[in-house]
Amino acid sequence: MKKKLFQSTMLLSLALLLSGCELALFDSSGVTGKQMGDTILLTMGLMLIVVIPTILMTIWIPFKYHASKKDESYDPEWEHSSKIEFFAWGVPIVIIVVLATITYITSYSLDPRKELVSDKKPLTIQVVAMDWKWLFLFPEEKIAVVNEVAFPVDTPVKFLVTSQSTMNSFFIPKLGGQIYAMAGMENRINIMANEIGEYRGISANYSGFGFAGMRFKAKVTSEEDFEKWLEGVKASDQVLTGAEYDRLIEKTRDHKVEYFSSIDPLQFKNIIESFTGAQNGSN
Amino acid sequence: MVQTDLIKDPHVLTGKLHWGVIPFHDPVVAPVMFAAIFGGLLLVAFITYKKLWGYLWDEWFTSVDHKKIGIMYCIVALVMLVRGFSDAIMMRTHQALSTSDTFGEGFLPPEHYDQIFTAHGVIMIFFVATPLMIGIMNVIMPLQIGARDVAFPFLNSLSFYLFLVGALLINISLFVGEFAAVGWLAYTPLSGIEYSPGVGVDYWIWALQISGIGTTLTAVNFVATILKMRAPGMSMMKMPVFTWTTFCANIIALVIFPILTVAIAQLTLDRYLDFNFFTNDDGGNQMMWVNLIWAWGHPEVYFLVLPAFGMISEVTATFSRKRLFGYVSLIWATIAITILSFLVWLHHFFTMGSGASVNAFFGIMTMIIGIPTGVKLYNWIFTMYKGRVELTASMWWVIAMLITFTVGGMTGVMLSIPANDFMLHNSMFVPAHFHNVIIGGAVYGYFAGFTYWFPKATGVKLNETLGKWSVALWFFGYFFAWVPLYITGFDGMTRRLQYIDNPEWQAYMYIALIGVALIAAGIGTQVFNIAWSLYNRNKPEYKDETGDPWDAHTLEWYTSSPPQFYNFGDVPYITDRDQLLVMKQQGTAYKRPEKYDRIHMPKNTWAGPVLGLLTLPMGFGFVWHIWWMVIASVAAIFACWVKLNFERDKDYYVEVPEVEAIEGGFLKSNEGRSYYFEKNAKYYKKWKPSDQNDSTVVAK
Repeated sequence: MKKKLFQSTMLLSLALLLSGCELALFDSSGVTGKQMGDTILLTMGLMLIVVIPTILMTIWIPFKYHASKKDESYDPEWEHSSKIEFFAWGVPIVIIVVLATITYITSYSLDPRKELVSDKKPLTIQVVAMDWKWLFLFPEEKIAVVNEVAFPVDTPVKFLVTSQSTMNSFFIPKLGGQIYAMAGMENRINIMANEIGEYRGISANYSGFGFAGMRFKAKVTSEEDFEKWLEGVKASDQVLTGAEYDRLIEKTRDHKVEYFSSIDPLQFKNIIESFTGAQNGSN
Repeated sequence: MVQTDLIKDPHVLTGKLHWGVIPFHDPVVAPVMFAAIFGGLLLVAFITYKKLWGYLWDEWFTSVDHKKIGIMYCIVALVMLVRGFSDAIMMRTHQALSTSDTFGEGFLPPEHYDQIFTAHGVIMIFFVATPLMIGIMNVIMPLQIGARDVAFPFLNSLSFYLFLVGALLINISLFVGEFAAVGWLAYTPLSGIEYSPGVGVDYWIWALQISGIGTTLTAVNFVATILKMRAPGMSMMKMPVFTWTTFCANIIALVIFPILTVAIAQLTLDRYLDFNFFTNDDGGNQMMWVNLIWAWGHPEVYFLVLPAFGMISEVTATFSRKRLFGYVSLIWATIAITILSFLVWLHHFFTMGSGASVNAFFGIMTMIIGIPTGVKLYNWIFTMYKGRVELTASMWWVIAMLITFTVGGMTGVMLSIPANDFMLHNSMFVPAHFHNVIIGGAVYGYFAGFTYWFPKATGVKLNETLGKWSVALWFFGYFFAWVPLYITGFDGMTRRLQYIDNPEWQAYMYIALIGVALIAAGIGTQVFNIAWSLYNRNKPEYKDETGDPWDAHTLEWYTSSPPQFYNFGDVPYITDRDQLLVMKQQGTAYKRPEKYDRIHMPKNTWAGPVLGLLTLPMGFGFVWHIWWMVIASVAAIFACWVKLNFERDKDYYVEVPEVEAIEGGFLKSNEGRSYYFEKNAKYYKKWKPSDQNDSTVVAK
C-alpha cells in the first residue's frame, strides 16, 4: 500500500517535472539563462542516476530482509565488507568528481561578471534598488525609469547594480542569473536576451514590507522599438532632480512606472558615494 | 504581533512600553492571546489544586538529573513545534489565498506575514529542532557511555533555563509588541535600527543571544562528558555511534555558537549604541554580517543533522537485528562532515558577487560533503542487508528519512553549483530544499530516536499503529507540501512573498496547503499517541518492565526504564561496541554484581531556574529599554552567582543498601528473559551458546 502510494507520488512529481519545459528557468530567453537552466537539468539528471537506485534499494532491502521472510542469509555478526565499502565511498566520489568538474567550468563560464561576446556594442544600465521599487538609469541616454526597463534583443547588456537602502537581489528569471544589490557597492551582471518579449523582473532577496511588490517589467525589444521606447521616456516632463530623487527614497509599495527625461550623468556614482564617502568611490 | 507606535524617548519606569503595544484589536492575535492567558491560568489553577508545586519544584525545576532536564527540553520543544507549525499553516493558507481572485491579497498584511515567516524559522531551528535534539542527547548520551550524569550537572540545568528564556521571549513578543520581520537570519542593514526601528529585532536579538549562550554551555558540558566520563574500557572507537555524532555535533556547536554570540553582540551595539559594524554608511559592512551569520548558520545545520544520523544508526542496527555495518566508516564520515561543515558557508550567497574562483571553491567544498553523507546512507542500507528487519514505527521513520533525505541531498548538491544557484537562489526551491533535509534528515531522525528511546525515558512504549500513521502522514504531507514549491521555484517564484501575482502558481499553492494539512494531522497523531500511551502506561503492551524493550545492543538499555536517578547500579567494563549484546551473550547482563559501591551524586539546586530565569527580565528590559529592570536583573544574577559559589553542600552519596534495594527489584524483572540471539543461535558464527560464562571471550 505504502509502496504503491509512494510510486504514484514519484510518478506524479516526475510528470510535473517533465512538464517543466514551460517553467521559467528551463524556458529561458537569455543566453546565460539558457545555459544555467541546462546546467540545472544536467546536474539533476546526473544525480538521479545514483539517487533513484538508492531510493529503490531503501525500499526494497527492508522488504527483502523483512523479519517475517526468515531469509536464510541472515548474518547478525556481519559488519564489514571491503568490497561494499569500496562502492559506498567510490560511487559518491565518482559522481562528485564529475559534478565538481561541471561546477568548476560553469563557475567561470557562467559568472555573471563575465562580459558576453557579441558584435553589437554593449549597453550599460545602472540599477538602484530602492524601498520598494527599482530605479534604472541609462547613463548614455541620460534618462531614468522606475519599475520598467527596456533593451534591444541580442545586445549584451551590462547591469551595474547598487542599492539605496537594504540588500536586494536583481533578478529577471527568464533571462539569466541574479546579483545582490547592496548600498555603497557596485555589483554587476551581464545579460543578453535572444527573444523579444516582456519578462518579469523581481527582487529575489527579502527587503522589507513592500518586498512582494518590488517588481519591474523587463522589455526586450527590436532596435527600432527600443529607440521608440527611449523617445517615449525622453518625452516625459519629469526630470530626476535631487528633490525628485528624495521623493523616490521615501518608502512606497507597488510603485507605478515613472519616466524621467533627464538625469545627472553622475547620479549612480553619487548614490554609491553617499554611503562610502567620495574617496572610495572616485577611482 | 502588531506594528507599534514608536516611543522615541523611553519612560524611566516603563521604557518604550505602552498599552498600544498589546494587540487587543488584532483579529488574528487577540483570540490567541486570550486563549493563552486563559489556558495558562487554568494550568496554574490545576497545579495549585492538585498541590503539585512542591513536587514540580523538588523533582523537576531544580533537578540536575540529565534525564529530567532532557525530558523538559523535549516538552518545551513539542510545545514550540505546535507554535512554529501554526505559523507554517498561516503562511501556506495565506499564500494560497493571496493567489486567488476571491480573496485578493490573503488575510495577513505584510507587517504581520513578514513576522510570521521570521518567527517560523527562528522557532523551528532554535526552539524546536535544537531543544528536541539536545533533549534526546541529554537523556541518552550519558546512559550510552555509562555515566552517572553529565560532567557539569548545574550547568546543564542553567543551559535549559537560558534556552527556556529565549523561548519565552519569543512567545511574549507575540502579545507584547512585535517580533522581527527581517527573515530568520536578520540580514543587515534591514535589521539595523535605521530600517527596523521597532522592538521586533530586539526580541530576536535577546531570544537568540540568551538561548545561544545556553547552547554553548551545553556543548561545553557534553564534550567534557564524552571525553572524561565514559565507562572504563570504552575507548573512543568503542563509543556507540549516537554518542560519536553527539560528540561531533557539540564540537561544531562549541566552535560556531561563539560566532553567533559575537555577531549578535555587534548588532546589539549597532542598534543600541549607534555603532556601525553592519550599517550602510560610516564604514559599516553588511557583507560581514552575512558572512558571520552563515559561518554560524551553515555548521548549525550539521549540528542539527549529525545527532539525527546517530539516532538513525542506532535504530537501524537494533531493528535489523544486526551489528551496524561499517562502524569505522561511519565515524570517519561523521568526522569528515564535522570538519567540512566549517568550509562551506559562502554557498548561501554566491550571488553576492564574490567572483568565480571563490564561488567555485565553496561550491566544490559543499558537494564534497555529499561523499561522507552518501557513505552514511549506504551504511544504513547495508545494515538492513542480510538482516531481519522489523518494521516498527521507529524503522518507518528511518525509511521515511532515507528516502526524503536522499532527495534533499540531491537538491542540495544542485544548489551548491554556483551556475545553478544564480537561478535558484532565494527561490522557493531553497526553502523546499532545506525543509527537505531538515525535516527529512534531522526531524525524521529525531522522531525515530524519540520513538525508540521514549520507553527508556518514561518506561512507556508508544503505540505502534498511531506511530506508523504519523510517519505516513508526515511522509506524504512533506511531498505534497514541498514538491509544488520546488516546481514554482523552477518557475522563478521567490520566497517570502506576501502576495503572489502569478495566477499560474495558484494550483501549486493549494496542493502545498493539502500537504500542510497532512503534516498537521501527523503532528496531531503524535501528540495524541504520547497522551494515549502515557494514559495506558500500566497496560502490559505499553509498560516497559525490563528496561530493554527492543532487545538492543547498547548500554542505555542496561538499566531500568525510566533509569534510576543514579543511572546504573554497576557500570560494566566495556569490551565491545555492542556491549550489552556481548553481555547478554556471555550471560553477564542484568546480573547482580559481587558488590555494589556507594554512588556519588550531585544535589538539586535552586540556582539553575533562579539564575536562568533572571535573564528573562534582563532581556525584556533590554528589548523595551527599561534600564532599571536590566540593572536590577543583572545585579540579582550577580548576587545569586556569588551566593552559589559560597555553597558547599552540593553533593551526596547513595549508600549501598539503597542501591541494593532498588537494583534488586529491577534485576528481578529481567530474570528468565530470553533474547533474540538465543532463538537464532545458529546464525551466530563467532558466538556459540557454549561461550556462556567463558571468560576468555571477555578479555581482549
